Amino acid sequence: MLHPTEYVPKSYHPRVSTYWWLGRWAYAKFILREISSIFVAWVVVTTLLQVRALKAGPAAYAQFQAWLATPWVLVLNAISLFFVVFHAVTWFNLAPKAMVVRMRGKRLPAAAIAAPNYAAWVVVSATVLWILLRG
Amino acid sequence: MANRIELRVKRYHPENDQEPWFESYAVPLRKEWVILDALNYIKDHLDGSLTFRWSCRMGVCGSCGMDVNGVPKLACATFLTDCAPGPVRVEPLKNFPILRDLVVDISDFLVKLADAKPWIIRKVEKPLEEEYLQTPEQVDAYKQFSMCINCMLCYAACPVYGLDPLFSGPAAIALAQRYNMDSRDQGAGIRMDILSQHEGIWGCTFVGECTKVCPKHVDPAGAIQQYKVTSSIEWLKSLVLPRGAE
Amino acid sequence: MLDTSSHDIVLVGGGGAGLRAAIAISETAPNVSVAVVSKVYPMRSHTVAAEGGAAGVRVPEDSLDEHAYDTVSGGDWLCDQDAVEVFVKEAPLELMRLEHWGCPWSREPDGRVAVRPFGGMKKTRTWFAADKTGFHLLHTLFQTSLKYASIVRYDEYYVTKLLVDEGRVQGVVALELTTGKIQAILAKAVILCTGGCGRVFRFTTNAAIKTGDGMALAYRAGAPLKDMEFVQYHPTGLPFTGILITEAARAEGGFLKNKDGYRYLQDYNLGTPEPTPVLRTMELGPRDRLSQAFVHEQNKGRTIEGPYGAVVNLDLRHLGEQVIKTKLPFVRELCLLYENIDPITQMIPVRPVVHYMMGGVHTDLNGQTPLEGLYAAGEVACVSINGANRLGSNSLPELLVFGTRAGRAAAAYVSEQKPPGRHLMALALDEQAYLEDHFLRKTGGHESIALLREDMQKIMENCAGIYRSGESLAGAADKLHELKERFQDIRLDDCGHMFNTELIAALELGCMLDVAETIAQCATERRESRGAHQRIDHPERDDAKFLAHSLAYQDTNGRPRVEYLPVTITRWAPAERVYGK
Repeated sequence: MLHPTEYVPKSYHPRVSTYWWLGRWAYAKFILREISSIFVAWVVVTTLLQVRALKAGPAAYAQFQAWLATPWVLVLNAISLFFVVFHAVTWFNLAPKAMVVRMRGKRLPAAAIAAPNYAAWVVVSATVLWILLRG
Repeated sequence: MANRIELRVKRYHPENDQEPWFESYAVPLRKEWVILDALNYIKDHLDGSLTFRWSCRMGVCGSCGMDVNGVPKLACATFLTDCAPGPVRVEPLKNFPILRDLVVDISDFLVKLADAKPWIIRKVEKPLEEEYLQTPEQVDAYKQFSMCINCMLCYAACPVYGLDPLFSGPAAIALAQRYNMDSRDQGAGIRMDILSQHEGIWGCTFVGECTKVCPKHVDPAGAIQQYKVTSSIEWLKSLVLPRGAE
Repeated sequence: MLDTSSHDIVLVGGGGAGLRAAIAISETAPNVSVAVVSKVYPMRSHTVAAEGGAAGVRVPEDSLDEHAYDTVSGGDWLCDQDAVEVFVKEAPLELMRLEHWGCPWSREPDGRVAVRPFGGMKKTRTWFAADKTGFHLLHTLFQTSLKYASIVRYDEYYVTKLLVDEGRVQGVVALELTTGKIQAILAKAVILCTGGCGRVFRFTTNAAIKTGDGMALAYRAGAPLKDMEFVQYHPTGLPFTGILITEAARAEGGFLKNKDGYRYLQDYNLGTPEPTPVLRTMELGPRDRLSQAFVHEQNKGRTIEGPYGAVVNLDLRHLGEQVIKTKLPFVRELCLLYENIDPITQMIPVRPVVHYMMGGVHTDLNGQTPLEGLYAAGEVACVSINGANRLGSNSLPELLVFGTRAGRAAAAYVSEQKPPGRHLMALALDEQAYLEDHFLRKTGGHESIALLREDMQKIMENCAGIYRSGESLAGAADKLHELKERFQDIRLDDCGHMFNTELIAALELGCMLDVAETIAQCATERRESRGAHQRIDHPERDDAKFLAHSLAYQDTNGRPRVEYLPVTITRWAPAERVYGK
């Protein structure tokens, strides 16, 4: 048996697997949330392309619209819509964690902080939709 | 209800084993028993070498944190009947080096806790005859963060801590914030300098699992995000206002 | 060879008393090196589980004399009154110091620290932090102790022996849990802060770590244990687990009811029932009287038969949701988790449970023991300010007041230069050899740690219950001594060195057996009833013979020899304990 003073503490260091995020649904949801930023960036790029096409004139714009209608762009934009909504919803739901608002000594419940965000989102989206559909 | 349940416990003996392995035990399934009762039954009657930490058995000392079926839990607060019919997988907390069986090395946390300077920092101390007035609302501002029992479940749940050992971690930051928000403290600036370095609070990507597993509802994720907001505002202020202007 | 380190002062135990002593030493004598040697990380110490509060005179209608009188009468006049006078004077200062260190005391609306009523106290003087006072106190102390670079911590080191040479304690032998390495930690003074020994009983509020280690260390080194027969049964523990339901629940207005819904305490000279709590009356009586009332109710058949024995009901429903959620949130959490009961709508089943040891290592009012170089503070010590029965909320300030006093006294002592003993290393090597031979290298052995422990607990339950008799005590000390002999044949499954908790459990059992023997012997020899020590065959208090502390010394045959030391009376002559008026 080893003499006690020769002992050096030895411990086992478990390696974290590259697929750690598949271990729990909560982790997978987190990774999806982070990945959604890629699709948000894609929507920004599409919008910039749209602005550029507008500046370039009706022919360029028609080309742009045709490009939007191609199958892979349609699929990509459908996925992006899902991820942008997912991004917004998770963002609004998490915002109350970072913002502590106190009124009359009591902390406002999370819903009271998230709700105005959702309300603003609905209002802005409705306004944009109205402008588009009006003509 | 069946009268026995199987526990699959991760074992590791540094003097004999290269790697951890699982051992199965059959323990009585009693409705009042928690995981800790089952482990004590095994140690007392089946295998005296099973090693784990425990003390208060009422969820306030923080000794018995373990991974139960993949989720960090307090062994004294997890009922066997909630894990029935089993088998129940009991492992040491993730993200920490394993010393022996279910015992992990938490010395890293103690270093990070000390780094966060978790004590009242004041420019001038009040004499003992005077108390600091603190209204119940002011107590509420930090009370939640003071409930941390240092059980380390949050560190085991945090993927960032698992991947980046330099990250301060949920509990250390929550405790720093506990003092920052205490109206008697004047040390927020000092703590900010230490914690707003990259690994300090910015390592956090708001996964939020720490808050989910916390048995005392401390909400470390909330503490960290609030700290990020404060830190950003302080940084902006330091850009806009000249040094020295408060 | 043996690893050795040395410090000026070694503290054994890192709970409330130990950490407070370490801070006191660092503040008054910054050049003194202090080591805190604890078998668990300090924040796991059992101080963390204390709930109700800490008493310190605060409101102008109160006075130090009244706090002292409540304490002395609560202790059935076995308290040393000079120590009590010092205690009540320093308690409020210590509690305010904790406030300055960040302890989140509950507050009045105007921001001043609030106080609540508590059992056995005539005035309202108990400071509290919701119902987790001990938790907040310990974490405040631990986090504050991190400020001081002079405090060195040995976390998860188990002290197995005190090193005594030339009549002085000069260090300890400790086992480093992580590696199994045995080490000598030399010092000029040692302060024991290791807590009580509730685990010698089966049914206790105490954590696993409360195994009387410090008491046994001192006893074996030649210091006497004082008043060991006085074991406090807390009236309200949860059945099966023994988890504590704080006295604060009664202080806020809870009622104790028997199976007929009757507030039975009114039958036992504790006053008449009122809808709101009246100090020193009914549910706010002293703990020993309340636990004794339970036994009487049980004998009359008026308790409720639960699946784990008799219980009575603690009724908090009339307090309302608001009070329970703000003042008793932890109580509610515990009831919901462990009993599936919500105290807002249901009554809580409770029964008396072993909670605190009034007795311990004999010290003076500076924490000094008769053994030079050895000090003690906290539950491990017996100064005595608690006498025959402790009042609730006196224990937390006791940690602070006597932790500070012991720390300062030890710091003053070590400033005198004394040459170290010449036999220290030899003694330490002997201890190392003993541990190896008797536990680690041993093969064979037939006694199971768990079964021996259960046998000890059965004997203690039988002989040292709330009511004792010559019959139940007869031979108890002998039976416990037999267990010590069986202990020599202990069997360990775990012979590894690294983190061997089975070895620690065996060593702890050895400590518990020594301490249990002193409890049984002292209880046998005290032929009177006083406070928490009630004998059916000697039902009266006998001040003529027994207004004295029992001192148990370990004799050469290993058994306790009991002597008596008169109680120090200064201003309060022994009188009748009156409650309910």
